[in-house]
Amino acid sequence: MEIRRHEGELAELKDDRVFTWPNLVVKEFLAAIIVTIGILFYSFYVDAPLSELADPAHAENPAKAPWYFAGLQEQLVYFDPWYAGVVLPSLIVVGLMLLPYLDNNPKGNGYFTFRERKFAIVVFLSGYVFWYLLVYIGTVLRGPYWTFFWPWQEWTHSFPAPAPLHNLPLPLGIALLVGFYTVGLLFPLYIKKGTLFHNLDIIRYALTMGLILTMIGTAGKMILRLAFNIKYIIATPWINI
Amino acid sequence: MKIPDLKKKLPDLKKKLMDSVNEIWRTVFRHGFKDTPRNRALIIISNVWLHLHPTQVREHGTKIRFTWCMGGITFFVFLFELVTGILLMYYYTPDVNKAYADIADLMYVVPYGRLLRNTHRWGAHAMVITVSIHMLRVFLSGSYKAPRQFNWVIGVLLLLLTFLLSFTGYLLPWDQLGYWAITVGMNMGRATPFLGYEGPFANLLGMTINNDVRFALIGGTTIGAPALLRAYVWHCVAIPLIAAALMMIHFWRIRKDGGISGRL
Ligand code: HEM
Repeated sequence: MEIRRHEGELAELKDDRVFTWPNLVVKEFLAAIIVTIGILFYSFYVDAPLSELADPAHAENPAKAPWYFAGLQEQLVYFDPWYAGVVLPSLIVVGLMLLPYLDNNPKGNGYFTFRERKFAIVVFLSGYVFWYLLVYIGTVLRGPYWTFFWPWQEWTHSFPAPAPLHNLPLPLGIALLVGFYTVGLLFPLYIKKGTLFHNLDIIRYALTMGLILTMIGTAGKMILRLAFNIKYIIATPWINI
Repeated sequence: MKIPDLKKKLPDLKKKLMDSVNEIWRTVFRHGFKDTPRNRALIIISNVWLHLHPTQVREHGTKIRFTWCMGGITFFVFLFELVTGILLMYYYTPDVNKAYADIADLMYVVPYGRLLRNTHRWGAHAMVITVSIHMLRVFLSGSYKAPRQFNWVIGVLLLLLTFLLSFTGYLLPWDQLGYWAITVGMNMGRATPFLGYEGPFANLLGMTINNDVRFALIGGTTIGAPALLRAYVWHCVAIPLIAAALMMIHFWRIRKDGGISGRL
């Protein structure tokens, strides 16, 4: 413990500590002032949107969720609402909550490093970027009837009819889905002698890979849809995926 | 009084004045205003607002390059929204026949109403952005690792609540934008597996349009007056209270977990 002399009074400061007042509080107040000025300036020049009075008889086209949910709405193109709007966001929330318990790498605790925790960072950043990519597409690139328009294209109602969609035959679909998760679960065992599996141990490994594969699968289904016009991998009377 | 006399008295008077100011100051802040280490500590611990902080922090924790200041800014924007939100409540009625007109009044009639509404709306967007950047920072600095795992979990709940706060506020102007945005959301709600009447396996629990989750959320089978009232109560009372409670835990835990994270 170091004793520092401070304006004639003795003060005890442990290790690399500094007094919260003024060192931290001053920065907080400054940040608060800057943020306030920022919001005021922006609000002075840009008005909050207010469209016409709500009219249940006249649907907006496109009707858009607020931008932070537009990514989920964008997923409606590829999945049924039970997945895009309920199961996928729930998985994201549960996955985020589980993250500290799944990532048992003791390194990189409390400091910025990429080298010491490449796997975790790559996975998290992929998800983060994926989310905002969907948000961007949903808010900016979707026009009437949720049709895709590039930023430089004008929104019109006269666009070519979208190609017809078809479903995979049920056995093939089930085989594809089961195969995807099986291969996905087994594949890392052969990389670097299965370090991932040994580090995480079985429960963490299963949960981690389950979540990651679902994330990859979600993107994969988008590709199947965009490249091969596939509507459902699995179509049954009870549930469609 | 002769001038030399006054000259002698003057420093005395100044001291007396400062003493009285100091005395009054002490009754308010419970410490003197001289900049001494003792007072620097007292400023924090004897102030109900500032005592969330420890009196001393590790130096790197005060650096913007470490925290990006994003948690603090998120909290500040939350307070900012609280103040502007309360002001808006003086003008707004959660009634389908009045809501839209009240907002239009704010935009065109109420003095500074437009600025008030704009700041509240843009502040909400700002909060969604800052909270997600805060999460990114906490992730990248590995600050969710032991012993801070649970504070991350609290954080995820706060993230969710921030989204929901914004979302419930979206309906309140009762304009086309909000109405159809909430419609999009509720069309997803009714597709909830088991619990939504259009969701997979809804029939197992006997879900119909007038007893499923969507019905519970909007208080009816279509988005109407009860939906507006529910959105209003969630937005202005329930979610802010829950979020405030979680923030108390969040900040409490930061200190209990050993202050801001960092290399040991
Ligand atoms: C309303 C939302 C939130 C508020 C007001 C808030 C506020 C704060 C503040 C003021 C800090 C102090 C350090 C800093 O500023 O970075 C902090 C730290 C922390 N936050 Fe949040 N936060 C919120 C949401 C979140 C979210 C979404 C997460 C993660 C998913 C999270 C996880 C954490 C963790 C683990 C710490 C400790 C970091 C460390 O010790 O370095 N918080 N939060």
